Amino acid sequence: MTAGALTTQMGLAWPRRTALVLAATAAVLAVMILVGVRYGLLLAVGLGFGLVLEGLRFGFAGPWRAMILRREPSGMFAHLLAIGLVAIVALPLIAARNGELTGALAPVGWAMVGGAFVFGIAMQVVLGCGSGTLINAGSGNPISLLALPFFAIGSFGGAYHLFWWTDLGSLPAIGVSSWSGVAITLIALVLIAIILFRMGAPGQRRFLGRHILAACLVAALALANLAVAGQPWGVVYGLGLWAAKGATTLGMDLSGSAFWSAGESTARVNESVLLDVTSLTNIGIMLGAFLVASWRRGGLSDRIPRLPFKAWIATIVAGLLLGYSSRLAFGCNVGAFFSGISTGSLHGWVWFAAAFAGSIVGVRIRPHLGLEPRR
Amino acid sequence: MTRQVPATIAVILVVSLAIADYMVNPANPFQQPAIVALGSGASSAGGFCGSLPE
Repeated sequence: MTAGALTTQMGLAWPRRTALVLAATAAVLAVMILVGVRYGLLLAVGLGFGLVLEGLRFGFAGPWRAMILRREPSGMFAHLLAIGLVAIVALPLIAARNGELTGALAPVGWAMVGGAFVFGIAMQVVLGCGSGTLINAGSGNPISLLALPFFAIGSFGGAYHLFWWTDLGSLPAIGVSSWSGVAITLIALVLIAIILFRMGAPGQRRFLGRHILAACLVAALALANLAVAGQPWGVVYGLGLWAAKGATTLGMDLSGSAFWSAGESTARVNESVLLDVTSLTNIGIMLGAFLVASWRRGGLSDRIPRLPFKAWIATIVAGLLLGYSSRLAFGCNVGAFFSGISTGSLHGWVWFAAAFAGSIVGVRIRPHLGLEPRR
Repeated sequence: MTRQVPATIAVILVVSLAIADYMVNPANPFQQPAIVALGSGASSAGGFCGSLPE
């Protein structure tokens, strides 16, 4: 490219990029003024997640796939680093400010394990977890755009039936806390890192700088989410709430569900989505991803490849399963794996094992569904 | 079709959801909680995928 052409492109990019920054700033300010400062800050945190995850091309499903298919552990090292960094700050803070701040503590049970396993399969089919589906939809991936509404419907359905599933049998919520919890969590994370290192392919046993940076930034944003909202970063609750709002708008009676007819659930369905913590960060994630993809030169100009009909059907089914299973599993990669482990919940570790096993299956299934060439 | 189309649809949908919902259920900015939960003295009360309603 000549210097003149580059200058012309830069000249064309400036107004668009300025407009993107102004629009994002205006959105945050509008929420601060119309809803409240805390809610504007949470939208800003969500935007930060979107900028970091799309800007550094970092996520959860991709690194797991890289480890399973090519034995590249760098992305998973980044997950462990980010979780460890959050745990070092969050666990003592939650212990000191119990009530003001809460962890992602949830019970381990049959449905929880099964849900995490199914989530792992579906996540690899559409190549996007909770945050990944939002990021990919915001950056122009049609598979994720189609999966997202079904993810929301599935999440609503999973919550609708949640008590039936938990009645199949579960332990009480078990977790670690304070500095002893930090020590136990860090030891476990290091053990997992050693296993991944030993399983890594020769020449791939490295930790990429991009991944280290992403881990540090994601950890900082997760801690900001905890401090501002009083609860850890989550995704799937917000998606289910959007579908619940849609269901009530269409006249559906939610009194048949113990979950959705509970007082706090009814209140959230009947108040602005901009008052819901996870909805705000979800919206921010998608807008942040759109901002980065639009900012990049030629970022949204790639042509979308044609996919067979069965790939679109598989996407719809996988979207429903992602939503439904993540509710039974008490979260996705974000709410259960990332936030669960970093705030001391045993269910986060069990979720990790079950979802990784499911991912191994999902990686094998994906080519047969027309979503990629068969190997 | 380029990626611009699904990206734009995604943003329009999510922004429309937020605006339409706000029009039906407006929030009262004068009843907002403390800016930051940490140090506020108030209990955390947001919806989360790991919690069950009472």
